[in-house]
Amino acid sequence: MTEQSQAYQKLAQDHIPKPNYLKNTVNAFWVGGLICVVGQVFNNWFIAQGIAKSTAGAYTAITMIFIGALLTGLGVYDEIGKVGGAGSAIPITGFANTIVAAAMDFKAEGYVLGMAAQMYKIAGPVITYGITSAILAGLVQWLIWR
Amino acid sequence: METKHIGAQSVAFHSTPGILETFSIVGPKEGRGPWGNDFDTILPDEIYGEKTWEKAERKILIEGLSNVITKSGFEPKAIDFLLAGDLLNQIISANFAAASFPISFFGLYGACSTIAEALILGAMLIDGGYAQKVIAAASSHNKTAERQFRFPIEFGSQRPPTAQWTVTGCGTVLLAAGGPNPKVTCATVGKVVDLGSKDPNDLGTAMAPAAADTLVTHFRDFAKNTADYDLIVTGDLGRVGSSILAELMENAGFPFRGNHIDCGISIFATDEDVHAGGSGCAALAVGYSGYLHKRLLAGKINKILIAGTGALLSPLSTQQNENIPGVCHAVAIEVI
Amino acid sequence: MDYLIAFVVGGMIVAIGQVIFDTTKLTMGHIMVIYVVTGSMLTALGIYDRIIQFAGAGASLPVSNFGYVLTKGVYEVLLAEGWAGVFNGVFQLAGGPIAAAIFFGFIFALIFRPKA
Repeated sequence: MTEQSQAYQKLAQDHIPKPNYLKNTVNAFWVGGLICVVGQVFNNWFIAQGIAKSTAGAYTAITMIFIGALLTGLGVYDEIGKVGGAGSAIPITGFANTIVAAAMDFKAEGYVLGMAAQMYKIAGPVITYGITSAILAGLVQWLIWR
Repeated sequence: METKHIGAQSVAFHSTPGILETFSIVGPKEGRGPWGNDFDTILPDEIYGEKTWEKAERKILIEGLSNVITKSGFEPKAIDFLLAGDLLNQIISANFAAASFPISFFGLYGACSTIAEALILGAMLIDGGYAQKVIAAASSHNKTAERQFRFPIEFGSQRPPTAQWTVTGCGTVLLAAGGPNPKVTCATVGKVVDLGSKDPNDLGTAMAPAAADTLVTHFRDFAKNTADYDLIVTGDLGRVGSSILAELMENAGFPFRGNHIDCGISIFATDEDVHAGGSGCAALAVGYSGYLHKRLLAGKINKILIAGTGALLSPLSTQQNENIPGVCHAVAIEVI
Repeated sequence: MDYLIAFVVGGMIVAIGQVIFDTTKLTMGHIMVIYVVTGSMLTALGIYDRIIQFAGAGASLPVSNFGYVLTKGVYEVLLAEGWAGVFNGVFQLAGGPIAAAIFFGFIFALIFRPKA
């Protein structure tokens, strides 16, 4: 960067408002915490129905994905996200939100190359990095513990 | 031949083309703002009966153009040139809207400075004797801009306090040779200024140096100062950019005298969730064709300098971590 | 009690994400990727299992759990099948939720339109 650019960026810093860290973090905490409590309610209910613990976890995830997807379709999830931020983006409901939001948005560009291709715009990287790191990490774990 | 080029970057229009008619269309959020009563049409929703947001933006621009022509009483064929632009890739709103009119067309891209760019070029065409009547127009749409530059509309993320809200709407201005007041008297054409800004969620910081550069050059070229105008109106610097601009102007020896407004800040009610304010080509386009033009006609203000500010970025340049340069064009509009 | 623990631990896990979001230029997409990869690494270290045992949905609802189920699947199939099974386990546990996300995503996108 040139000297002039550096001087300008320094001057600009004094004018740039900072996010309200405390408020945002507190909001993320209770919104995210509440979503986890809802998940816990479903999880306990599935277990009470006599479903095995590991299966109940998957059922809970699927139920929460359904809820996240539905609330996105109804236009509610982005309103929750304005308040919750990471609190509603990081739970699995937020993962469902990225898929439905992108898929709805790109319907106009067609059902194949628009909707179906673009629905992974944000979820795709999560799946790609998740699978790649899972294979590497699982392999390392196996090599150590087998 | 006498030159009309003044100083470093400015031009003077000897025949002072007049602004015959304007038309403004805005979305519901803009309609609820303090300038709500000044707009010709306030849409009840942003989709405007269309299937896609892009079609909605195009329809807004077509309506804006049709109405300014109808209001003037001329046939479309009587207009010599249409100068228009928007924010979408390959300026599809302006290009497709222009297909509905039998008018010679120049498509412009100056990001959010487009209406100022169009007014300057339109006044040049008339002052140079190449045209009698020219329409300058620009549009933007919140949802089309969100889709192109940011995330899917229903994605639940937060925006930082420096982020701005793209204005939905279009403003159209019909210039005519020998037309009535208010008149376009002179202009300063901006240079592209890059001072290393990179944050696409903080365009005010990216554009402020270009605005300061053009305004200072304008005052130097015409040996004027800020007090010579009733109002100095920037397009969409927002709260962050306006605050920086005030300091830059002060440092350059041209402090504002309480006579600077920014359309991005003024267009929305203060309780709207728009963070640092409005942005987009339509901010200044509807600000002029709605609010400012009516004030000039009513004699409440007589001499204004409007400065369109554009942040020059594309989704690709942002992903490749390029800087975001800015550009600003200033046009003086006066009641003589 | 398990509800309170889920609330506090889940809240804390996502609050870290909010701090990253507010103090850096990273988008939520970047942060979700960081969470998945972190979840995967903590799983290999045997830590994520314990967090889930303690916090239940507080740890199994954040997207880091996605890294956990993917990695756990890989590990379990490797134990059962050896080298040859290295690619077979990824969807062992995560398959259901991924299928649900894609299916519901497609169906709801067909039904609904983005609102203004």
